[in-house]
Amino acid sequence: MSSFRHDVEGTVPALRRYARALTRDTELADDLVQDTLVRALRSEHLFHGGDIRSWLFTILTNLNRNRLRSLARRPLTASLDDNDAPDSAGPEAGGRDIERALELLVDDQKQALLLVVLEGLSYREVADVQGVPIGTVMSRLARARAQIKSYLDGERPALRRVK
Amino acid sequence: MIERESPVTEDELHAFIDGQLPAERSAAVEAWLASHPEDAARVAAWRAQADAIRLRFGETANEAVPERLKVDTLLRSGRKWRAIAAAVAAFAFLVGGVSGWMARGTTEVAAAAGDPADQIAQEALSAHKLYIAEVRHPIEVGAAEAHLMPWLSRRLGTNLRIPDFSHFDLKLLGGRLLPGPSGTAALFMFENGNGDRVTFYCSKAGPQQMAFRYLQSDNVAAIRWVESGYTFVVSGNADKARLKELARAAYEQLENRAPPPTNRSSAEPARKGT
Repeated sequence: MSSFRHDVEGTVPALRRYARALTRDTELADDLVQDTLVRALRSEHLFHGGDIRSWLFTILTNLNRNRLRSLARRPLTASLDDNDAPDSAGPEAGGRDIERALELLVDDQKQALLLVVLEGLSYREVADVQGVPIGTVMSRLARARAQIKSYLDGERPALRRVK
Repeated sequence: MIERESPVTEDELHAFIDGQLPAERSAAVEAWLASHPEDAARVAAWRAQADAIRLRFGETANEAVPERLKVDTLLRSGRKWRAIAAAVAAFAFLVGGVSGWMARGTTEVAAAAGDPADQIAQEALSAHKLYIAEVRHPIEVGAAEAHLMPWLSRRLGTNLRIPDFSHFDLKLLGGRLLPGPSGTAALFMFENGNGDRVTFYCSKAGPQQMAFRYLQSDNVAAIRWVESGYTFVVSGNADKARLKELARAAYEQLENRAPPPTNRSSAEPARKGT
């Protein structure tokens, strides 16, 4: 196996992890990874050195963006429903609170946060993946973290209404 | 929040917990956090978020990779895969067609009434959104097929030309025929190595000539112009500067003449080498 293919294969576990966190759906996540790999293997000649991992994350991020666009998704509809009361077992119960908090983020913020904390990409690499200046990455990261914090701190619409 | 004369920035607080702070700054940040409990609490909360995210999703990377995601499998099943993909794409086309059509009512209410060129541009943007989502079947006829241009030229009743976007690292994938608001339309799709896609749309409309106009819908945008009775639309990510460069390049190549005059040239300097 060529070193290109070997490197692609070595990135698959991380791609699955990132896709799973982005979509929260195992099948959909693996479909995205598969599409990413098919495209990468087909485009081997377009890869001119550099970091294969960043390149694959870029492809996956673009494919996911195309997917969301085609769904014309309305982001907040599902997550602000009545069942949004805090879990009695505490914020980290089963990881569901962090999932819900991530769900509230706009896609660009969610990507930036996941690429940094889950995939350990440098801010520079995230800027390349998202195709934006590094300052934009920093503000996406800051907004993502502030929003998750206020969600986990209990500043939820449902609670506010009660007060 | 951090005070105005702060020697520690918010970005540095993020870099601190993300392990991306230059070593020489870590002592300053630690000292800052020791004397600013609010920031220390914020940083602790961010760290807890990161831990929760890693706890929740980290395990995925340790799962056995399913057979269908192995490189050997993907290479071996390339041929069979394409056959399946064609069937999947045909299905997705039906579903996408319906949802795309339904979405039109809600997301594109702003379609300018009356101006046929703007209606065509809206249509081009809808087609762009629909087809960029197609992974394996974005086009009807590939760029390598000799009959692509003769076929679409005949259907549009003109000698079609396609812009060359190779300066933008965009490669032509191919084209397709579409029904447009004022007759037949052709859509060409370009793609770079990162999966970023741009479409070029062409349809017959109006005898008059019209200057560039920019339209945006969510994260995608288009620039349209009218020349010699045809409306041309370039659609892509909502990046106005880049779209302008693409539209300008297409315009210049198609008209085979000098850059359009004054009022548009204030936008950006011409791209080198075009």
